[in-house]
Amino acid sequence: MARVWIFGEDVNTDQIVPGRYAPYMLKNEDDLRKYPFVEARPDFAPNVQPGDIIVAGKNFGCGSSREYAPLALKLVGLGAVISPLFARIFFRNALNLGIPCFTADLTERLQDGQEVELRVEEGLIITESGERIELPPPPEFLREVWAAGGIVPFYRQYGRFPGEPAR
Amino acid sequence: MAQTLSEQILSHAAGKTVRAGEVASVAVDLVMMHDSLSPSIIKVLHQELGAERVWDTEKVAVVIDHVAPAANIQTAEKQNEVRRWVRQQGITHLYDVGRGISHPVLVEEGLAQPGMVIVGSDSHSTAYGCVGAFGSGMGTTDIALAAATGRTWFLVPETVLVRAHGRFRPGVSVKDLALRAARIIRADGATYAAVEWHGVDFLSIAERMTLATLSIEVGAKAGLVPPTGPALEGRPVPEWLRVQEGANYQQIVDIDLDTLEPQISAPHYVDNVTDISELGRVAVDVVYLGTCTNGHYEDMRAAANILRGRKVAPGVRFLVVPASSEALRRASEDGTLTTLLEAGAALGTPGCGACIGRHMGVLAPDEVCLFTGNRNFRGRMGSPQANIYLASPEVAAATALTGYITHPQEVVA
Ligand code: SF4
Repeated sequence: MARVWIFGEDVNTDQIVPGRYAPYMLKNEDDLRKYPFVEARPDFAPNVQPGDIIVAGKNFGCGSSREYAPLALKLVGLGAVISPLFARIFFRNALNLGIPCFTADLTERLQDGQEVELRVEEGLIITESGERIELPPPPEFLREVWAAGGIVPFYRQYGRFPGEPAR
Repeated sequence: MAQTLSEQILSHAAGKTVRAGEVASVAVDLVMMHDSLSPSIIKVLHQELGAERVWDTEKVAVVIDHVAPAANIQTAEKQNEVRRWVRQQGITHLYDVGRGISHPVLVEEGLAQPGMVIVGSDSHSTAYGCVGAFGSGMGTTDIALAAATGRTWFLVPETVLVRAHGRFRPGVSVKDLALRAARIIRADGATYAAVEWHGVDFLSIAERMTLATLSIEVGAKAGLVPPTGPALEGRPVPEWLRVQEGANYQQIVDIDLDTLEPQISAPHYVDNVTDISELGRVAVDVVYLGTCTNGHYEDMRAAANILRGRKVAPGVRFLVVPASSEALRRASEDGTLTTLLEAGAALGTPGCGACIGRHMGVLAPDEVCLFTGNRNFRGRMGSPQANIYLASPEVAAATALTGYITHPQEVVA
């Protein structure tokens, strides 16, 4: 089961990982896993379990290009992020790192702390009461990258970028 | 069919006509990386991609600006790693401590030019739109890929058009136009889109950069000012790059400069903007003039014009961090710098300074800062209990004189 963590609108990358906690600033870069939401929501990092889900309002991940924000979420094993609108750079970074992002507004349907089952491949959430919530699949050109496990494996496998014809 | 500036540039870079909504693989003209992310970019480049060299040693620019000079042993060591890597790769464009913030530096150096596609490891890479380049920010992995291959991909953006009409009144400037646009478009209103700024042919390159950098604060992928007007003289504008009648815009925003008053972005969101007359009295501890948005020579001069012969209010710390060494040089040549120092300014090394809360003026809990930068997110400049207000250099100078957020016309002698 996956715990649902509810967040509001316009969660920015300074909230996800403040610039002072960048790997650049750390003696031990692995410490990054201790810092997602270190100031914005101090109970998150100590309690989040692999597979948990962030369910946020719109414009999740706005602000800087720091890939260490989604990287910190990857390091704690986050199962997925669900938001009605992702900020562009965050979405691209998360995709590159292989973090599933689903575009949907579930902040009203799910509750903070609720336990649900997440089936990433099927794009499905099943609640304790058996309610099935379908998550819209990512657009076609992104699904390829997703299926490859991120942009680096995609590029290494196909030797091209999305938008280029297959060779 | 008419195209937006983004469609024109991305079509040129893709080698075929592309339109908003299409996915395009494009050639990039320049890749920028800064000290904060270079170590991780280098790691992805070599370890994950298995690339030994960057694709073109003259088209990768490395700038040490985010913690410059180094703040602690870790950053000092990592900067040395980056310097060693630059030498080993034979990269020609390294701009080290003190040269300034990546965006103004690449524009001053002539590396950023009209019609180019420029990607940078920094969200404010939209800045290059000040010369009519398609500048866009990306993360570590995308920048490593671009540096290795000279290519990247984009979903060709729709465009939000902002049209400015008239001229600024005294005490009002380009930052107020940018913040007013953010107030209308909102923080997510241009997500996945580009912004085009029309009606601003009279602006300098520095002023255009204020518009271009703030474009990311409405979510935009790029923020372009058409490369026309006196400021572009001497820059190579491709003949295929021009505003085309009938291009398709997702939204059109009209802003009347003749009636615009100073805009203040209150904590903790950039689009939380009010007219200064509606703000009420806000006392400040720190006034910070700097950043890629408003730390240019022109910004220092605008502040100096208000501060000339006067002193900042007792108890107010007035920090000035020039955007580049060139801005600092110009300010020192014409007396702008002396005026600022005589007024009580504390001068920092050209670079990002405290903009991301790492050094050189980090804020304590409950402190209030009037900031000429581009983000007032909670915790951005230090303590999450600090409050950051964004405003123009003119408002910054007036506020430094009085100790509370002040309309520049109130202190005009
Ligand atoms: S001045 Fe601030 S916004 Fe500009 S590049 Fe530096 S950290 Fe980013």
